[in-house]
Amino acid sequence: MRNMPTFRGVDYLHLESLLNEQELLVRNTARDFVEKDVLPQIRECYRDGRFPHDLIRKMGDLGFYGANLEGYGCAGMSNVEYGLLMQELERGDSGVRSFCSVQGALVMYPILTYGSEEHKQRWLPALQKGEAIGCFGLTEPGFGSNPAGMTTTARQDGADWILNGEKTWITNGTLADVALVWARSPEGIRGFLVEKGTKGYSSSDIHGKMSMRASVTSSLVLSDCRLPASAMLPGAQGLKSPLSCLTQARYGIGWGVVGAAMECYETARHYSTVRKQFDNRPIASHQLVQEKLADMITELTKAQLLALHCGRLKDQGKLEPAHVSMLKRNNVRAALDIARTSRDLLGANGIMDEYPIMRHMCNLETVKTYEGTDHIHTLVLGERVTGVAAYK
Amino acid sequence: MKILVAIKQVPSRDSQLKVSSSGRWMEDADLSAEINEPDAYALEEALQLKEKHGGEVVALCAGPARASQTIREALAKGADRAVHVEEEDLGRFDLLGVAQLLAKAAAEVKPDLILTGLQSDDLGYGQTGVILAELLGLPHSTIIMQVEKTEAGIRVKRELEDGWFQHMTMPLPAVLTIQSGINKLRYATLMGIKKAKTKEVKQLSADGLGVTAAPKVSLERVYMPQRAKQTTLLPGTAKEQAAKLAEILKFEVRVL
Repeated sequence: MRNMPTFRGVDYLHLESLLNEQELLVRNTARDFVEKDVLPQIRECYRDGRFPHDLIRKMGDLGFYGANLEGYGCAGMSNVEYGLLMQELERGDSGVRSFCSVQGALVMYPILTYGSEEHKQRWLPALQKGEAIGCFGLTEPGFGSNPAGMTTTARQDGADWILNGEKTWITNGTLADVALVWARSPEGIRGFLVEKGTKGYSSSDIHGKMSMRASVTSSLVLSDCRLPASAMLPGAQGLKSPLSCLTQARYGIGWGVVGAAMECYETARHYSTVRKQFDNRPIASHQLVQEKLADMITELTKAQLLALHCGRLKDQGKLEPAHVSMLKRNNVRAALDIARTSRDLLGANGIMDEYPIMRHMCNLETVKTYEGTDHIHTLVLGERVTGVAAYK
Repeated sequence: MKILVAIKQVPSRDSQLKVSSSGRWMEDADLSAEINEPDAYALEEALQLKEKHGGEVVALCAGPARASQTIREALAKGADRAVHVEEEDLGRFDLLGVAQLLAKAAAEVKPDLILTGLQSDDLGYGQTGVILAELLGLPHSTIIMQVEKTEAGIRVKRELEDGWFQHMTMPLPAVLTIQSGINKLRYATLMGIKKAKTKEVKQLSADGLGVTAAPKVSLERVYMPQRAKQTTLLPGTAKEQAAKLAEILKFEVRVL
């Protein structure tokens, strides 16, 4: 494939000096893993529209799932360490990072936070090892940015619950052994653990994606799906519960996209030094090219700083959802811009899958939209600084 | 079986190297560092032997404070404990001096088997393991491709030249220098990384070990390889050119 030197990260401002030994070890393990296990196959996977299944157990063995959670076999990493993990995984592919994000932040986190002891014992060790896969069902065909309007219902029938509704854009939906489905009950929004094979529960994949092709995206259908009372997460009530999960996942995205941006930037930077044009000189010698690289490295460095600072805040318990909105919005925008500019610098070669740029760029279009669109995060920031909500 | 693995921290491969102002080493303050590659294979071999036969793996490293990163990595991958001979400037010792530091530290551990990489990626002397064995009065074998435990000791496979191998049986304790690529390196798992923090790292110093730097060998100068391209045009007819070319290949370049 590309004749690129070993990836050594992108670190213009010596940010590595802000990381401790343990953080560097986590980063190195994730970077090695991506180098040896993800990159050699990801182009083919993306082309074929399939998730690299062999990674599922490997990532579990390495402790990647729910890495920043404590107990039940989880690695108990700090949030900075977790962020570095997301960064390196997304340097490989947003789909691989998404798999890990969903499993950890959207399934394991709510089970740990809102689940019963039985839920935790049953699911967390298996999810941590990658022996079981989970998915998170919040978005519906008619309700994306406005989950408060969800129409999936849960009604009680004796001791049981009966769920009806449809969920869509569900990462890992058809792979999942357990789906965390959010539904409107008479007492407000509640979360239910629906096991694969439950009568009335079905899932199917969404085809035709031009983005996130190495990731499974599905729709879930609940048709008079009868669940025992024990399927409900006892601690989750109201929309704030699923939203708290999204804050966890968005935090990981804020780091993850830095990885995608690093890969695009470094590919373009290297290319500009070897691609020759006009008098046999590398295109890096052109001022217009240098300006693009200067802009990219500046935005990338700012994104790295934002992620690291948010990570430190989160480790101190001071990171708020409105902070995470800034992190997600800024870093996805920066990464997408960097991917597009990198494509530009590679000229026609930039559109080829021989280089990772077009894949990252297409993936980042999804990342811009999912887990709170760019627009919604803009409004969160607007509300935070004005005190006025502009959602309606 | 108690296995001691001597590891070294070296500048990362593909680093952009600059010769330092003294001309005797490289500017390494800003270089990222990593475990010497053959040592990584030695560590992996030790971990696999422990998994098969039980026992303990002790990592031994002589180097500056920042080598603690490499030690932590060895512990994260599964070494049970470590010994760090902390020496800010290992360059003031020659290879005998470094081997003396390692030998003194190793003697305290009393291992059944000592493994180390066959050479270091930075200095590349390929002698540290051998001198270490001599100082400890132990048998050694170099460029090892395979290690099997037998009832009486070990059976090893050495790499010779031209695709030849040598199989030997050895008593224990012994010192082996390990060739790169003989096994598949494991990743440090996140759980292993977390656990490493709780493992013992014994700090030793050259003074404490009673080793003074008295180098008999000194490194005079390091320099970048000269990239001089020499082009020689051979005159004459095609036949004369061919004859001359063959002569050069045979006697000057010595590839024929």
